[in-house]
Amino acid sequence: MTTVTAPTTPVLTPDMVAAIQALFPRYPTRQAITLPALHMVNAKLRHVPMAAIPEIAKLLELSPAQIYDTLTFYGFFKHEQGGYVRAWVCRSISCALRGAEEVLEKMCDKLHVHPGGTTEDGKITLEFGECLGLCDFAPAVLANEQVYKSVSLDQVDEICAMLKSQAEQQANGTAIPTL
Amino acid sequence: MAEFEPVLTANIHKPDSHTLPVYEASGGYQAIRKVLGEMSPVQVVDLVKASGLRGRGGAGFPCGLKWSFLPQNHPGPFYMCINADESEPGTFNNRILMEQDPHQVIEGIMIGCYATKATTAYLYLRYEYPTAYRRLQQAIDECYAKGYLGDNCFGKGFSLNIYMHRGAAAYICGEETGLIESLEGKRAWPRIKPPFPAIEGAFKKPTVVNNIETLACVPHIVNRGVDWFKSMGIPADPNNPRDPGSYGPKLYCISGHIEKPGCYEMPLGVTCRELVERYGGGVWKGRKGKAAIPGGISMGLLAESEWDTKLDFAGPGKAGCLGLGTAAVVVLDETVSMVDFLHNSCRFFAHESCGQCTPCREGTSWSERILYRIKQGKGRLKDLDLLQTIGDSIGIMPGTTICGLADGAAWPIKNALKKFRGEFEDYIKRTNPNGWANAQPVEALEVIGLGAH
Repeated sequence: MTTVTAPTTPVLTPDMVAAIQALFPRYPTRQAITLPALHMVNAKLRHVPMAAIPEIAKLLELSPAQIYDTLTFYGFFKHEQGGYVRAWVCRSISCALRGAEEVLEKMCDKLHVHPGGTTEDGKITLEFGECLGLCDFAPAVLANEQVYKSVSLDQVDEICAMLKSQAEQQANGTAIPTL
Repeated sequence: MAEFEPVLTANIHKPDSHTLPVYEASGGYQAIRKVLGEMSPVQVVDLVKASGLRGRGGAGFPCGLKWSFLPQNHPGPFYMCINADESEPGTFNNRILMEQDPHQVIEGIMIGCYATKATTAYLYLRYEYPTAYRRLQQAIDECYAKGYLGDNCFGKGFSLNIYMHRGAAAYICGEETGLIESLEGKRAWPRIKPPFPAIEGAFKKPTVVNNIETLACVPHIVNRGVDWFKSMGIPADPNNPRDPGSYGPKLYCISGHIEKPGCYEMPLGVTCRELVERYGGGVWKGRKGKAAIPGGISMGLLAESEWDTKLDFAGPGKAGCLGLGTAAVVVLDETVSMVDFLHNSCRFFAHESCGQCTPCREGTSWSERILYRIKQGKGRLKDLDLLQTIGDSIGIMPGTTICGLADGAAWPIKNALKKFRGEFEDYIKRTNPNGWANAQPVEALEVIGLGAH
């Protein structure tokens, strides 16, 4: 059995705590801040570590189980750190009709990942998405708030290169932070 | 009929259409001023009721009637939730409204909140719309800076706060009580009704949940009047006392195998064929159409021969579809295999079922696996009967689930089997001519964890 040592420093930075607390007046219950708080942690750390759960729970005066319950319902949040760029390839009907499955397959090939996986260098997470609401630009890819419209198989190489350079910038801290 | 002039999308092509000065230059925020200055909340409710405005989110419930269900003499507070969790495959009309004309949406929210006496509005936006998030937040900030929001809006003693609340990529949050649960910080399991949200909604207080496009219609009803609104659309069927009619403009989305995919504003009641041929530029690559989804994938299928169906609230139902839904038309050309289509549909619902009701959780995932087996060439003819049984027994209509997600999952199955059964039979006979029973059980439940949503 491996021993797990408690982290010495809290996961939530004072800035994050302050940002979460700033939301208190907006809602009549603290539980309502569960999703915004999880988003905040996820945006900063690219995942929600288990250690963050009791900390959020304490802030929101809930039991950690309540936070965990909500967190696991939304497949959006992960316990393992994702890449600097999180790309979703839409696979729902409008995109699928225009070749989304093939785009996803080629991107997986190109990046050497399965859908849902992160590249070996930890830079890019590639996932399928269900309807991204970009059906007028099918097949569509959404990556870190950037939309790639009407993607053809020929563009996949170029897009993967763009994702890589974006991830590079994020990793070096030269990218403009989103949100 | 005179050429229709777009109203909801009148501004979207203007430069900087998302900013306050542009919106105000085209007469924005006049309706809310009129409402705050001249009308009582009850008068606004009555006006919207008289206009016959029906919810644009899918169910088509009369908006004014929904507002009038709020209890009188309740100490409050009342809440307004705005449903911007647009996740129905094929649908993107609300995204365009939020990205290109967020102030129109906000004005609608203001009027809606005044009518329903709500002082707090939560705009529940799906996570996948980052541009909409930024533009709406910017628009809300502009309104606070101008004194249009906050305490004493427009100096008229009305106070309103609008807060953005981002979802986390779950289709079920578009169901109104699922949305409320999610807003409250819980898993988005729809609630058993009654009590309806109007009586006990968000935070156990009376709540109205409205769609973005529904609210965007409201300022125009105030400005132009009920008669203008009722001059468009399909009047109520006099022989059907339960039909409230379909009035007003509607944003139709066209996507899939179409030359010019996009969002087109038209009076309710345009036919599917007109939409495809006149506005969408016809089926792509000069091919023939095979079928179309009338309003988001959960509404079922219109075969090409049924494309003259009017897309008003009652029309698709007459052709065996579930309803108008979100009026998002997805065109399938002649090359599409219905097996592939149905597999895609079943996969979507299996992925998005929230897991609360057993018939839906199991029915959607088993139908996906059956379709997968058929697609792999291991289907048997009796699988089609099995699919039919699943389709007939999940949903609100057979009374086995809490919300309508399962009805939406069942309808494409039922429509595809009814309208294209021959194709399924052919496919199975061709790929599995001896009708071998696959000795292997259908593969075990996939480990959850692939993908984001």
